[in-house]
Amino acid sequence: MATDQTEKDFLDIRDLKIGVTVREPGEPPRDITIVHGVSTTLEKGKVLGLIGESGAGKSTIGLSSLAYGRGGVEITGGEVFINGRDILKLSRGELNNLRGREVCYVSQSAAAGFNPAHRLIDQVIEASLEHGLMTKAEAEDRARYLFEALSLPDPDTIGERYPHQVSGGQLQRVMTAMALCPKPDLIVFDEPTTALDVTTQIDVLAAIKNAIDVTGVAALYITHDLAVVAQVADEIMVLRNGEMVEHGPTSQIIEAPQEDYTRALVSVRSIVHPEQAPTDTPLISMENIVAGYGNLVTVLDDVSVDLHPGQTLAVVGESGSGKSTLARVLTGLLPARSGQITYEGRTLTNAQKDRPLEDLRQIQMIYQMADTAMNPRQTIGTIIGRPIEFYFGIKGAELKKRIGEMLEKIELPAEMASRYPAELSGGQKQRVCIARALAAEPKVIICDEVTSALDPLVADGILKLLLDLQKRENVAYMFITHDLATVKAIADSIAVMHLGKLARYGTKEMVLSPPFDDYTDLLLSSVPEMKLGWLENVIATRKMESAGN
Amino acid sequence: MSPVLKLIAQRISLGILLIFAVSILIFAGTQILPGDVAESILGQSATPENLANLRAELGLNEPALSRYFSWLGGIMVGDLGTALTSGTSISDAIGARLGNTLFLAAVAAMISVPIAILLGLLAVRYKDRWPDKVISATTLASISLPEFFIGYLLILVFGVKLGWFPTVATVFPEMSLGARLNAVMLPALTLTLVVLAHMMRMTRAAILNVMQSAYIETAELKGMTSFKIIWKHALPNAISPVVNVVMLNLAYLIVGVVVVEVIFVYPGMGQYLVDHVAKRDVPVVQACGLVFAAIFIGLNLLADIISILSNPRLRHPK
Amino acid sequence: MDLKTIPISAWLGIISASLFAFAAIFAPLLAPYGMSDIVGDVWEPMSSEHLLGTDNLGRDLLSRMIYGARTTLAIAALATIVSFTLGSFLGMAAAVIGGWSDQLLSRGVDLLMSIPTLIFALVVLSVMPANILTLILVMGILDATRVFRLSRAVAVDVNVMDFVEAAKLRGEGRVWIITREILPNALSTLVAELGLRFIFMVLFLSALSFLGLGIQPPEADWGGMVKENKDGIIFGIPAALIPAGAIALLAISVNLIADWILNRTTDLKGGRGGN
Repeated sequence: MATDQTEKDFLDIRDLKIGVTVREPGEPPRDITIVHGVSTTLEKGKVLGLIGESGAGKSTIGLSSLAYGRGGVEITGGEVFINGRDILKLSRGELNNLRGREVCYVSQSAAAGFNPAHRLIDQVIEASLEHGLMTKAEAEDRARYLFEALSLPDPDTIGERYPHQVSGGQLQRVMTAMALCPKPDLIVFDEPTTALDVTTQIDVLAAIKNAIDVTGVAALYITHDLAVVAQVADEIMVLRNGEMVEHGPTSQIIEAPQEDYTRALVSVRSIVHPEQAPTDTPLISMENIVAGYGNLVTVLDDVSVDLHPGQTLAVVGESGSGKSTLARVLTGLLPARSGQITYEGRTLTNAQKDRPLEDLRQIQMIYQMADTAMNPRQTIGTIIGRPIEFYFGIKGAELKKRIGEMLEKIELPAEMASRYPAELSGGQKQRVCIARALAAEPKVIICDEVTSALDPLVADGILKLLLDLQKRENVAYMFITHDLATVKAIADSIAVMHLGKLARYGTKEMVLSPPFDDYTDLLLSSVPEMKLGWLENVIATRKMESAGN
Repeated sequence: MSPVLKLIAQRISLGILLIFAVSILIFAGTQILPGDVAESILGQSATPENLANLRAELGLNEPALSRYFSWLGGIMVGDLGTALTSGTSISDAIGARLGNTLFLAAVAAMISVPIAILLGLLAVRYKDRWPDKVISATTLASISLPEFFIGYLLILVFGVKLGWFPTVATVFPEMSLGARLNAVMLPALTLTLVVLAHMMRMTRAAILNVMQSAYIETAELKGMTSFKIIWKHALPNAISPVVNVVMLNLAYLIVGVVVVEVIFVYPGMGQYLVDHVAKRDVPVVQACGLVFAAIFIGLNLLADIISILSNPRLRHPK
Repeated sequence: MDLKTIPISAWLGIISASLFAFAAIFAPLLAPYGMSDIVGDVWEPMSSEHLLGTDNLGRDLLSRMIYGARTTLAIAALATIVSFTLGSFLGMAAAVIGGWSDQLLSRGVDLLMSIPTLIFALVVLSVMPANILTLILVMGILDATRVFRLSRAVAVDVNVMDFVEAAKLRGEGRVWIITREILPNALSTLVAELGLRFIFMVLFLSALSFLGLGIQPPEADWGGMVKENKDGIIFGIPAALIPAGAIALLAISVNLIADWILNRTTDLKGGRGGN
């Protein structure tokens, strides 16, 4: 079998089938197949991007090139050739020789992937020493060289630190150095930048790309973000539900996708939402809000924003920017230390527990994780019906009718009313949460990262629904997000938050047009674009700018 | 001061504070209840006159607060008062018996701790396979067994039928270590069986928790051997939770000793306490209660300190 | 619920626990002899007349076991009710109300738990009148600390979930939040704990009686019967092992049931399962 393999293809996956045994509490275990026969090859020094939504099987395929199955996952069929031998047939000892020597792995969360008890340098050189590839001194030299290649600060001493002593973005780069140290033929990158903020992501991405170029290693780059993978991969394979959808050179996938599914992925966020001008009388004015936890930590510092009836204010920022805190202040769950909230011209009580029921009804909220936002022991009917019953006192047949109408609005069948949340898909759950908020007939809905836990196509559907409902019900949204693509799609006005302060605020057109302040510039230029060569351009531009200064 | 030392100092002061609070609780617990010590001692035969006499003799007419402080003052200098029933010094009696109790607990610990950790490791190694299942099934059974069932069963089999060990664990100061060990073997085995299952189950959970960490997967994907993964990556992180498990169970051992001492008529603290509860000898009960509580708190404190010391985040602050 | 999904181990537990309960309820009808009637010689071996033999005074052991089941189970059940009502109510209230009241209750429970339960019970029983009410209250209150910790922990876990926040934002009162949002999600954990607490009470009561500080003679209870018959052991007479074994069997049975309930408890996300 291995003989008909061309010299160049050192990785050759043939008809790979992967299954998993699911053990749910109180139920007999059952076997399901998660990858249904996927084949691919990879030449030395090339990067293959594996892309797909959650459940596409991309991580599982990536780990199969180390002959590894995570959490009950088992490779049930097919062959994986590396350097001419089928690694699925290797003994445990032979596998140990493959792992950490020919193939290395970079995981999504470096923070969890490093052992808290050992210094970074010892973990970085561990595989090289274990396999007797170099002496300790040589390995440490190589580690320092790699730290530098990955643009880590203090490359000579950073290895002396413990994992908890460096930041998340740095740790992810150290993990890349750890994978590169034993000079492997192949590295599997498993969503290495997904957990990072967008302005950190671009640096890590550039560092990884540079390291791949410098060392000439081949890589499988796994991600759900097509724009990210387009920057590093030579070829892209699109996966869905454990099957290959399309496989081709990166330029072809991005510029001329053949399959509908790929086209949809490329054109995500195609929503066109004409911007509305602010009205004369805002529905809600938040003025000079200062808020924080306890008396010591200030999370929000002098923030003022307006929300206009039937419009969307997007509050955008990275983690720690204070955007979610702004939402908590508006709900009254975290009363502001100073500043005031005006609602339809009158002052709104700061603390939620002191607000009259009518005020509570007017401001509703939708959460990021629909899973935890619904009581698993209540039916969908109860979840949607409770606000109607609670605020309007409607009961019995009339309530049933209203629940049916709400389900219709969110494009779900009426039978859903008797189901439990666990029986619904992620997108359906978020729709139910929208219905629950809408059932109170509010003037304002706070949407806290409502699409960030969803796959791109599902998220797109949710955004369309939200905009549609806004038009019909004339409800205003405060849309909290870290995702600029979403912001561009739906906002009427935008507030950019940075370290608790308002970095930029105004209508969408104003905020997104130059001249920019430094932070907004950094943020906007860091968002990966679905274009070849975008990363190189940004890095080149930044270098020129810093040289010019 | 380094944050670790500061944290440890905090824990120790908290422990001392807790012992004080416990002393108040124990004292109050024997005061606020209906009747008083004098009534308890005299029982049915109480007449108003001899009640009054006894109260004066015991200082019960003093306010509770001043009695508490004189009791506490005595404890500070090692004087636990005198027993009502015998008139002898409680400190002397406890001094002799505490040693016996600690000896018994120590023997039980030396048998049970290594076995529990070994079996815990075995259960992890063969997780979800038959050794793990057998171990968890016996755990379930053995946490359900009362001490006296195990104790009398051991006496019946090893003491009476086989005659290997004495049925009554008599010890006296002049005894040699070998004879002493022989005497406490059955009670120590009983205690071992009582705590073993629990300790094993907790050890298993603690190690499994570490083995499921992402950094173990990282090590596996580096191609390291199982032995090195366990030795270099699992062990340094498992020490703290396992030590915690051991300490908690040692605390239980020392307390669980009460019933076992009565079964084997062993001259320790537990037997002493139980005898005097029946005789309603309040000063002895208070003193024993405080000593047991102090040991219990001390062992928990030790577990806390060890887990602070083994936490890399605290040892190497940012 | 589908009866077929109950594992054999749980069935064994249910059957044996029901037998014990049956014996306890219908004791006077089932017992062949009176509880304290002397009907034979001291420590007679098992025979067709005395199925389990006789005890240290020549009373029928089986009859005393049956009456003992009644006393042991009833007192343990009452103490469990005290412990559970008190502990779970205060625990959930502490979690939902939070702040000052939570601190006060939690620190108080920490203090109570820093003294081993059996030791504390002995201290209190040394001054309290020896009667059944005292026993139930002492056992119930001391054990309520464990229930408090558990129910508070479970309630705190549920209380931080977004759906509880959503209910608070809606303006729901505390009663709705505790009974409709938190309780349904904490119930199976608490039910399993109920079983474990009951076992603990049986063992606790038996230990106290064995030490001579629990149920007083001539009333029959299993722990006390071990004490009465323990002297026979040295002569090779296993009478004391019968009540001790009954305690063990009951404890194992209830444990099997509790284990099964705990295992079928799904986490919050799993909910009721998709089919």
